[in-house]
Formats: sequence, structure tokens, C-alpha cells
Amino acid sequence: MTVQELPGAAAYRPTPPPAWKPLTDPAPLLPDPEPYRVLGTDAVADADPELLLRLYSELVRGRRYNTQATALTKQGRLAVYPSSTGQEACEVAAALVLEERDWLFPSYRDTLAAVARGLDPVEALTLLRGDRHTGYDPREHRIAPLCTPLATQLPHAVGLAHAARLKGDDVVALAMVGDGGTSEGDFHEALNFAAVWRAPVVFLVQNNGFAISVPLAKQTAAPSLAHKAVGYGMPGRLVDGNDAAAMHQVLSEAVARARSGGGPTLVEAVTYRMDAHTNADDATRYRGDSEVEAWRAHDPVRILERELTGRGLLGDDGIEEARVAAEQMAAQLRERMNADPVLDPMDLFAHVYAEQTTQLREQAARLRVELDAEQDQPEQHSADDRGTGR
Amino acid sequence: MTTAAATARERTAKAKPATMAQALGRALRDSMVEDPSVHVLGEDVGTLGGVFRITDGLAKEFGDERCTDTPLAEAGILGAAVGMAMYGLRPVVEMQFDAFAYPAFEQLISHVAKMRNRTGGAMPLPITVRVPYGGGIGGVEHHSDSSEAYYMATPGLHVVTPATVEDAYGLLRASIASDDPVVFLEPKRLYWSKADWSPQAPAAVEPIGRAVVRRPGRSATLITYGPSLPVCMEAAQAAVEEGWDLEVVDLRSLVPFDDETVAASVRRTGRAVVVHESTGFGGPGGEIAARITERCFHHLEAPVLRVAGFDIPYPPPMQERHHLPGVDRVLDAVARLQWEADN
Repeated sequence: MTVQELPGAAAYRPTPPPAWKPLTDPAPLLPDPEPYRVLGTDAVADADPELLLRLYSELVRGRRYNTQATALTKQGRLAVYPSSTGQEACEVAAALVLEERDWLFPSYRDTLAAVARGLDPVEALTLLRGDRHTGYDPREHRIAPLCTPLATQLPHAVGLAHAARLKGDDVVALAMVGDGGTSEGDFHEALNFAAVWRAPVVFLVQNNGFAISVPLAKQTAAPSLAHKAVGYGMPGRLVDGNDAAAMHQVLSEAVARARSGGGPTLVEAVTYRMDAHTNADDATRYRGDSEVEAWRAHDPVRILERELTGRGLLGDDGIEEARVAAEQMAAQLRERMNADPVLDPMDLFAHVYAEQTTQLREQAARLRVELDAEQDQPEQHSADDRGTGR
Repeated sequence: MTTAAATARERTAKAKPATMAQALGRALRDSMVEDPSVHVLGEDVGTLGGVFRITDGLAKEFGDERCTDTPLAEAGILGAAVGMAMYGLRPVVEMQFDAFAYPAFEQLISHVAKMRNRTGGAMPLPITVRVPYGGGIGGVEHHSDSSEAYYMATPGLHVVTPATVEDAYGLLRASIASDDPVVFLEPKRLYWSKADWSPQAPAAVEPIGRAVVRRPGRSATLITYGPSLPVCMEAAQAAVEEGWDLEVVDLRSLVPFDDETVAASVRRTGRAVVVHESTGFGGPGGEIAARITERCFHHLEAPVLRVAGFDIPYPPPMQERHHLPGVDRVLDAVARLQWEADN
């Protein structure tokens, strides 16, 4: 096609747009093509044996915690438990890389991370038992409430880290989310805010293969979830989520970067959920045994144990010691969870507002009357009514 | 400056009527001066001073760390505010327009409203969410919604809406000082309404949760709030010619709801009309009418009536005058009250 020039009129010549170049060179932000590994590679020579042994005992304890909590669902002591069996390396590393002043923002699957950070296992389980939404004071432990809506805790982590920075505190927030959660709008908004504000946040995506039943291939068309970081202007790191040493190293680097003012990092941990989504899910409907078995060979506890025994850092005594410690923890948890929680129904009205509204006071008075009437007629209630609403 | 000069300047300032927009701006400024933990954030609140200029001058005076232009993302703005409040700040968030707040609903409902309750009282969130709301300014689609019923239906939120310049200041100060989250609904068609109120003179902070009788009367009570208050005041004035002496109650706070003031008024007058521009079906008027009926049934001479916007999506600006309840529609309802009483 030719431009027809009118006689006598100046021809239109498009001017080039003003020069534009990318604000940030994307190359350093790109993740490695393969998940970063330490165990079974040359990098393990640089790993601190003390740290590896610590990680091992935490993994053993974490695995036992997961199996015990799952057992508690079968006994009716927990309403539901989203197990992190197979993902313990992510959970433990996330807890261990943080200083006391830092904050953890867990999702509903990350009870173990909260426990590994030092939270009382029973307090950590109240949400899943069904007696309290959050059984601990988040400020005391610097652990945000376990978050059930997907990815909505991520902007909270950004806001908190931003506020800490404004106050001059070198506090880092580490926020955990699953692969499914990366599709949510709040994931995008949180990463964007964090990068623009250079907030000291670490985003840890545990890519465990499935969002309930939907596999990653139906979740995203991105080369990897870590690649999403580039579009926000932050580095993305891809790491073997079953390699506790690699997880600890990558997260430590991201935390150090955030603390020194370097801004946020997106870490994708490639891992696998060995159990179903929760005890209420039937995983055989969407994945085959062979896939699960292949991952079993790459079990986080087993590969670290093999590394440590192979290098002579761990013997039968050490293995037995870790096992006994985990068993003690499980026994205590079992015993304490077998006690019925004592609940005051009047608490339903206690924490809606700082000061109860007239309307809530009236409703509380109505419940008081009903409770008093129940007191007068205890025989109407069955013996196994534990007051948990189940 | 001498004291005499200062006094003279103050007198001049007093003589000049102030707008609701100015009162809101001063409330933000005074709160930020008094409490360093107060932070303003939102889209365009900094350099531009907000599309309605409510935050004008704040970024210049307090810096962009106290008055922050955020990325354009309402869930992100409110979500970040949650984290800021968790760390001890007192964020004031601007949602720019009513319908722009909808992407932030999950943050508002699942987190802002519930954090105190979820944590057994350990972690209250002192967040103020400013939402310019309602129609009458010729805004195109998505710029004129009245979304108060959505907020009212969410336990844990206070829902406040001023109708006067004084209340705009007093209630916003109280909202920012509140340890609970407040959805602060700003009737944008009243932004430029004026009153003899000096931005320089001392001003009162109004406690949240108290309705006020704007006009005493004996024949019937008009119960209203926000943008519909001037409509009701005008209707009450016009009704005098019909021989009706209408009382007008301005709710000011939808949550908590001031049952006492409303019931006391209706018991005096025996008749009530609830007036708002939000849709009637499932709207605030149904709740208010039910509360009045429960408390005042034996005092009522007629059913409680509602004058509301039609149950339609907010219409295009060239048609909005047909949707918004005006003086005639209010007077018509009052006439129906009289008719019911006669039969």
C-alpha cells in the first residue's frame, strides 16, 4: 500500500516515539531453569553440619506432627487437617530463617511452619479443631492468623513489612502461599505493591502440584511460578522444595536481601503434597499411584537422612534420638488434644467491636437466658455433646 | 504575626462558609498532626490531592510516606492497610468512588471486619475506609452506587455517613480515632455543600453511633442519612404548607444503629418514613422499618413507609433524577401516611 500525497500538501511522516528502554534489566531477575539443590550436589560441602542436623530433627518432628494431626481427624478431635506431609522442608525452613522480630504469614496448610517457629502445637490447631479461629496472640508470636482465603494474607505481609520499615525496624515478613493461590488477584497486587514499595518481604510459593484437584498445567501457562517475579521487578528463585538445605539457603538469602533494603523476592519451592488436600479429599480421583511413588523416593526426610548418614554425620543413635523426640511431641499433643476445650459461649459477643453495640448487648442477654435454661435441664443433652458444635 | 492579626484572620475565616470537602480535609490533617501513626493511602491521594481534593496538601505537609499514592489496586490498598494496622499504624484508605471499592470486598469482609474477632480481641484493626458514595453528581456508570447495605450486613464494621459540614469533620475524627474499622461513607453530592464553619476554628469530635434530630416535629418522623438529609429537610419545610409538622432524624451512623433516638422520635410522632437513595429491596430501609415496628408497634398510626431509589442498577446520569428520591416523593409518602391514619 502506498501513501497518496495530495498535490501541494506536506506528506505525513510519522515521528518515532520518544526513546524507551526497560526500567530494569530482566536478566538478573530470572530464575534458574532447574530448581536449586544442595543435597546430593557439590554445594552440600559448604553447608553447616550443625544446621543440617537441626533441619533433620525438625523434619522428623514435622513429619510426626503431620501424621499425628491426621490421626486426630480420624478420632474426631480435629474438624479438618490439611496435611503438609512431603512439604516439611518448606515449612521448617520458612520458620528457621526468621529472626524473632520477623513475621510469618502462613496459609491454612502451614500449621507446621507456625509450630516450627515455636508456637504451641495445640494453640496452632484451634482453627482446625474448631474451638477458636486463632488460638494465639499474633503479636506475641509474630505469626499472623492461619489464612483460609487464598493469597489474601500476602498484602498484609507487604503492609506490615512496609510499616516496619517506615518505623525504622529491620523486620522482614515471610508470606506463604500455594500454587493455586498464585492465580488470585491478591497475589498479583501483593507482589506489585511489595516491588513498588521495595518492602522487606519474602514470598514463598509452595508448588505442591495441585490446587485441590487442579494440576499446575491447568493453573498457569507461565514457564514457572518463579518467572512471575520478573514482571513485578523482583528476583524469582526456583528451588527444590524437598531439599531442606536448599530451602534454608535460598530463603536465608532472600531474607537477608529484604533486611538490607534490597526489596522482595519470590521463591518457588517445587514440592509435592503426599497426602490428599485434606482428610476430606480423595486424591485418587485426580492422580495416580506411580506419580506419588516417584515423589516418595524424593521424600524430604529421607534425602536429608541419606545425606547425613552417607557423610557420617548421623548414625543410628542420632536417628533414634530424633524419632524418640518426635514421638514424645506426638504423645503430648495427643494427650492434650484429647481434653475437651472449655468454651464460654458469651465470648461470641466479646470481640466483635471494642465496645459492644446495644444490639449485641441485647443478643448476648438472650443467649444468657438460653444458657441458664440449659443449666436447669442438663438431662436433655446427650453425653457425647462436647460443645464443639460438631 | 500579632495576636490581633491572628484574631482578625480567624474572624475573616469564620465569615467564609466552608465546604464538606474542606472539613474532611481538615479532619485528616488534624488527625495526622495529633497522631503520627495516622497514614493516608490510596490512588491519587498524594500529588493530586485526590480526585475530590479531600487529601489536598497532605503529601506536601506530611511527606509521601504519610500520604501515599499507591498502585491502582483496591484489594492491595486495603490489604496493605491491614498489615500496616497489624504493625501499629492507623491507616486511612481512600476508595475514590463507591463502585471502585468492590475489588476490596474480600479484604474488607474476610479480614478488616473480622480480625479482632478471629484473634479473640488480640489484634484490633483501626482502619478507616473512606468511600465517596451515592449519586446526583452526573457521574457515569460505576460512579454513583449506594453500597451501604453491603457494609451494614458485615459484623465487625462501623458504618458512618455524615450529612453536614460539622459532622463530616467530627465523625471522621472519631472514625480515625476508633480502634475498630470504620467504613466512612462520604455523600459526594454534598462535598460542596457549605456551612458557616471555619476550617481554622476549633471543631467538635462527634462520637460514633448517635443519631440526631435535625428538625423537631409532631406529625411524622422522616428517618434519613447522608445525601438524603437535605431532601428531607426541604420536604419538611414544604410540608408545613400542608399542615404537617415533620420531625427529621439524621442517623449519622448506620452501624451501630441508634435505636433509642429513632424509637423515641417515632413514639412521639406515631408515623415514620425512611428515606434513602440506595435501592429499597434488601436496602437499609427494610432493616430500619423492621426495627421501628418491633419497638414502636403500639405507637404507630400507620405502617412504616420507605422512600428509596428504585430497585434498578444505578441509571445513566441523564436519567438519575428519576431514580433519586426527591422532595415530591417524600411528601407523597407522608401523604400516604395521613391517608392510612384516616382509615
